[in-house]
Amino acid sequence: MDELNDVYNDLIMEHSMNSYNKKKLSQVDYSELGHNPNCGDEITLEVKLNGNIIEDMAFSGHGCAISQASTSVMIDTIKGKTVEEAKEIIDTFIGMIKREITDEETLNKLEEAIAFQNVSNMPARVKCALLAWHTMEDIINKRNTDGKASINCCH
Amino acid sequence: MNYKEDFPLLKNSDIVYLDSGATTQKPQKVIDAIDEFYAKCNANPHRGAYMLSMEATEVYENTRTKIAKFINSRYREEIIFSKNATESLNLIAYSYGLDNINENDEIVISIMEHHSNLVPWQKVAKAKKAKLNYMYINDNFEISDEEIEAKITENTKIVGITHVSNVLGTVNNVRKIIKLAHKVGAVVVLDCSQSIPHMKINVQELDADFIVFSGHKMLSPLGIGVLYGKRELLNKMSPFLMGGDMIEYVYEQETTFATLPNKFEAGTQNVEGVVGLGAAIDYINEIGYENIAKIEKEVVDYAIERLRKLDYLDLYLTPNKENHQGVISFNIKGVHPHDVASILDSNNVCVRSGNHCAQPLLRSLGIDSTCRASFYFYNTKEDVDALIEGLEKAYKMFEKYLNK
Repeated sequence: MDELNDVYNDLIMEHSMNSYNKKKLSQVDYSELGHNPNCGDEITLEVKLNGNIIEDMAFSGHGCAISQASTSVMIDTIKGKTVEEAKEIIDTFIGMIKREITDEETLNKLEEAIAFQNVSNMPARVKCALLAWHTMEDIINKRNTDGKASINCCH
Repeated sequence: MNYKEDFPLLKNSDIVYLDSGATTQKPQKVIDAIDEFYAKCNANPHRGAYMLSMEATEVYENTRTKIAKFINSRYREEIIFSKNATESLNLIAYSYGLDNINENDEIVISIMEHHSNLVPWQKVAKAKKAKLNYMYINDNFEISDEEIEAKITENTKIVGITHVSNVLGTVNNVRKIIKLAHKVGAVVVLDCSQSIPHMKINVQELDADFIVFSGHKMLSPLGIGVLYGKRELLNKMSPFLMGGDMIEYVYEQETTFATLPNKFEAGTQNVEGVVGLGAAIDYINEIGYENIAKIEKEVVDYAIERLRKLDYLDLYLTPNKENHQGVISFNIKGVHPHDVASILDSNNVCVRSGNHCAQPLLRSLGIDSTCRASFYFYNTKEDVDALIEGLEKAYKMFEKYLNK
């Protein structure tokens, strides 16, 4: 029961039920659909960049409390950061959920997202917590490929 | 009588198992039968000239006869062993569907089919430029007689229908469907995966052309399934999987095939699964379908009565009790079923959450997933109480965040 309350804590519940990040952006550089076919969870992430800074982000879609909250908290955590910083945070979050990273100092860079640490004790829900983060990873990979492509074009 | 005593996983355990629609628990008798097979008569059936292999063959083939008798098929070679209902359905789609469906023919299935009785027909329809038409459900989560009459037409060549829905628990009017399909010359593929654990299946009386089911949903090991087909149809069909034991003569460029049932059983078979299925049938016969139905009715009726009292639930359930069987889908309004299932799990209550391999059905209901409690004769009213208690807990956890 305690463990359950650690997962369904206030932060996660608030973000999952009433997220201010659940909206549409007027200007979008990258939009990516993430989806777990087994459970039907679907989220679309929208990203607006300013150079290599993540200037704004939003999400839409549906899913369980953990996937919804995880998406919203991720946005709070990486918005305003550079793409490189975001990538590092994403890797740390994935490492935390997979129990590959346990060092507290490293985990501190996750800020609020550390609230999801206990999901690592619920193997059935790991993919819910990781959905948005993997989707953002895809966006960053796309952007990096695009970046290289445009460099090639210029030369 | 508490049947949990017969099931090692349930005996003296806190687990409230309400996911028998996914797979049932296994009684000690089934586990023992498999043990005994390996300890006393393990060999490859149909392969050896020595005594041990003959014994293994006998065990394997006797079980075929037992199943034939269990579902009252006319000939024992009408029983084909497969991996599961899914493989049985694919066998029908490939070996019957692809050879008998032509351009503009109609394949009719219901919107409540499991993906296993849907995706193979999409494949056949696309390959042969045929039409795949659906019988939809009404507000009672049932397929009406009018809908059946409207969808089965002169152009219909195959009708695929589940006997009992794995999401809604609706018992379909398969007698009417079969009668109407035969009137227009179509063959019927009946999925009994969710019905045969609970009710007597008499294939001659039902008169379906093909019937499939999985062993693991009826107390048997995982990985054993059955295909029943009318002999005259099976005889005309080409083999599905090629390999050992399904042949007669093999030349460098040509092969002739074995007769039924071997024609459809390529490669070494899941003999322990067959042995386990045989033991499961003995156990079901011992308890008796009448008894099973009586116990389940009492528990499921009680569950429905208690669930209907929770006004924060959406239930996906026909009000006609005589058309319902063993499976109850529900959602806490505004709360995702995965969260509900996790919270129930923290109380040791096992329910399934998700789309139950029936995405088109859920889409037609305007939802993407449900919680599903499914019952078997080892479940008790105390199990229902535990479910209700878990749901109360889940609702309380979410209540203050809902409708903000």
